[in-house]
Amino acid sequence: MKQEEKVETEAAGSGKIDQIIDKYRGDASALIQVLLEIQREHHWLPKEALEKVSNELGVPLNQIQHVATFYKAFSLVPRGRHEIQVCMGTACHIRGAPRILDVVENLLGIHPGETDLGLTFSLETVNCLGCCAMGPVMVVDGKYHGKTVPANVEGVLKSYD
Amino acid sequence: MPRVSSAAELEGLRKDILSRREPDKPCITLCSGTACHASGSTEVAASIEEEIKKQGLSGKVDFRRTGCHGFCEKGPIIVVHPEKICYLQIEPKDVPEIVSQTIKEKKVVERLLYTDPATNEKIIHESEIPFYKNQERIVFGSNGEIDPTNIDDYLALGGYSGLAKALSQMTPEQVLEEIKKSNLRGRGGGGFPAGRKWEECRNAPGDIKYVIVNADEGDPGAYMDRSLLEGNPHSVLEGLTIGAYAIGAHEGYIYVRQEYPLAVENVGIAIEQAREYGFLGENILGSGFDFTIKVHRGAGAFVSGESSALMTAIEGRVGEPRPKYIHTAIKGVRDRPSCLNNVETWATVPLIISKGAEWFAGLGTEGSKGTKIFSLVGKVNNTGLVEVPMGITLRDIIYGLGGGIPGGKKFKAVQTGGPSGGCIPEEQLDMQVDFDQLAKAGSMMGSGGMIVMDEDTCMVDVARYFLDFLSDESCGKCVPCREGIRQMLKILTSITRGKGKEGDIERLEELSEVTRDASLCALGRTAANPVLSTIRYFRDEYEAHIKEKRCPAYVCKELISYYIDPEKCQGCMICFRQCPAEAIIGGKNQIHVIDQEKCTKCGTCFEVCPPRFGAVSKMSGEPVPPPIAEEARMITRKSEAK
Repeated sequence: MKQEEKVETEAAGSGKIDQIIDKYRGDASALIQVLLEIQREHHWLPKEALEKVSNELGVPLNQIQHVATFYKAFSLVPRGRHEIQVCMGTACHIRGAPRILDVVENLLGIHPGETDLGLTFSLETVNCLGCCAMGPVMVVDGKYHGKTVPANVEGVLKSYD
Repeated sequence: MPRVSSAAELEGLRKDILSRREPDKPCITLCSGTACHASGSTEVAASIEEEIKKQGLSGKVDFRRTGCHGFCEKGPIIVVHPEKICYLQIEPKDVPEIVSQTIKEKKVVERLLYTDPATNEKIIHESEIPFYKNQERIVFGSNGEIDPTNIDDYLALGGYSGLAKALSQMTPEQVLEEIKKSNLRGRGGGGFPAGRKWEECRNAPGDIKYVIVNADEGDPGAYMDRSLLEGNPHSVLEGLTIGAYAIGAHEGYIYVRQEYPLAVENVGIAIEQAREYGFLGENILGSGFDFTIKVHRGAGAFVSGESSALMTAIEGRVGEPRPKYIHTAIKGVRDRPSCLNNVETWATVPLIISKGAEWFAGLGTEGSKGTKIFSLVGKVNNTGLVEVPMGITLRDIIYGLGGGIPGGKKFKAVQTGGPSGGCIPEEQLDMQVDFDQLAKAGSMMGSGGMIVMDEDTCMVDVARYFLDFLSDESCGKCVPCREGIRQMLKILTSITRGKGKEGDIERLEELSEVTRDASLCALGRTAANPVLSTIRYFRDEYEAHIKEKRCPAYVCKELISYYIDPEKCQGCMICFRQCPAEAIIGGKNQIHVIDQEKCTKCGTCFEVCPPRFGAVSKMSGEPVPPPIAEEARMITRKSEAK
């Protein structure tokens, strides 16, 4: 809990969020774009940042909450240092992606959308990364691991600890 | 760069660009689309730049990073011009040889060429590779020639001449007539005639109108829109500007998913360059027509690709659909007339204007004109993007271009149209692919995803997969979609878990009907297609799951077991070591046994067991034989016994 608070103050305290909001001040239709940029900067949306967005863009907080929970790109909780995406697109699915996901879940003890207690890994599933030739695909921190088989998942994850 | 202020000036500029290019100067082009990037094209690019310097060729060789060539299976792809020698699956270590042999010595590096699996022949040119040979790449073909961040490359190939023609020689009405005459149908899903949509928007009352590019390509397994936007963004901008002129819009939006960062970046660069050159902004090409484009990034919601939902998202609100008693062409973004088409549709427009509606209508079938880009993926040898004339048969695509099914497996079905589409069985492989034929077969064109499935694919699991996707993506605003999909998913899940009951199939059919008839938007209305088409063609698989608790394709985890045949096991320890669940009991020279309690059915043992032993088998619908007694597990080799 303490760690979470610390992350939150750091995030809201940094001038980056102000810079992002500054670009769109008063433009309510830019809400999604602002949230995307904050998400990219911090990997999640701290509550204090959302309050700032609400004040500066003139959008009620409940509407921001609606948007932030509707879209997949946003996270309202802190994320791990490493982001794992397992592609569950159709092509990856029929090439065995569910088996890859099973192994990742078993190894880390978390489900998609969750972060492990040590804030090391966050796990997500995505619906097609558009590199179906390499399926099944697992991406860790932007690096693509193509033609993944259950047996080498552990090795891949170990290299990020 | 001076602004181009008339059609004549554009032609002058084009001549100037071409005159500065040396057609005989060697040029290395490297595919840098997302798929090639994932397979290492960035590293290859670095080593090409380094090697050109190292071998003293700076200034003597051009190097261009292009958009997607389509043959993703064999990426990263290099084409060396002017000979157009095509090298596949390039790694950084291959680059010194390409530079020293092909650029300096003009010799072909045989080992990097494509080998035809049928004849074992080496093929030098991209256009002769069977994957490309039977394609008709009118929209997608320039991708491999253009550096998407350099507008001059697009101009060199005749870019913006369609816009110049429209603005200088045609009235907006004539442009509209031309599109109507071409019978261009929307490439994003429903196949609605683009001309009719444009006309409705043009005739709608209101001074402010919008044109929109839908690049929220959400169908899993389809990525042609991304590849176009990444690889040839100016073609989309040009088409959109022509459309805006015909409709009378002065503002445009490109709605692109944030999951496509390279597309966002390249389209941003392209807009900037087009503005500098005067193809966007005020008084375009001296015609008095003004037009600007904004990019809006989508934040990841499948349903936001639906036109009315997308327009709500552009306003900064949650992208949920609304009833469309009044078309978005009349009341769209901010309740103003808005014309939305997808990326491929807009990219086709400049070609129709340049070459004429008759040329376009000469391609394709009676009801579906022109070409279509498909993403051919799944259990097929040549994964990639293919552009073919409408009316080609599925067999020609899958076997002719795709090279058939890998590993000598048997074809089972091809799924088209994404989560709204259906599965087409082998009996219909000779069907001509167009909007109407696909719909007749219980599927649809969609945005052009084509997922090939072989005998190892369970059709009930596929239906469950799509419903799972849709239940996750349904926005929940209307009950028939939200609840209908949820209930269908529940039934399908129980069937795949061996808990299916007599009457489930009929219940699925009934739910399908209600969801189809009563849902608000196309997501719900088409959600049943994956279920109905698999029931229609693969009812026996449903029945096997329900009645015999058997998964014929050995996919559904709860219905299968892995078993090591004690007669065949050689105690080699390979599966023992690789099992991620540590579910294999064994030791050196001991027959291995799977602990069925611990087994997670990941299939690793089945895959790693050496084929010469073939000791691991999959079982379904029958009990696993009891494990062999511990004292009988020692293997006595024949050689030792002697």
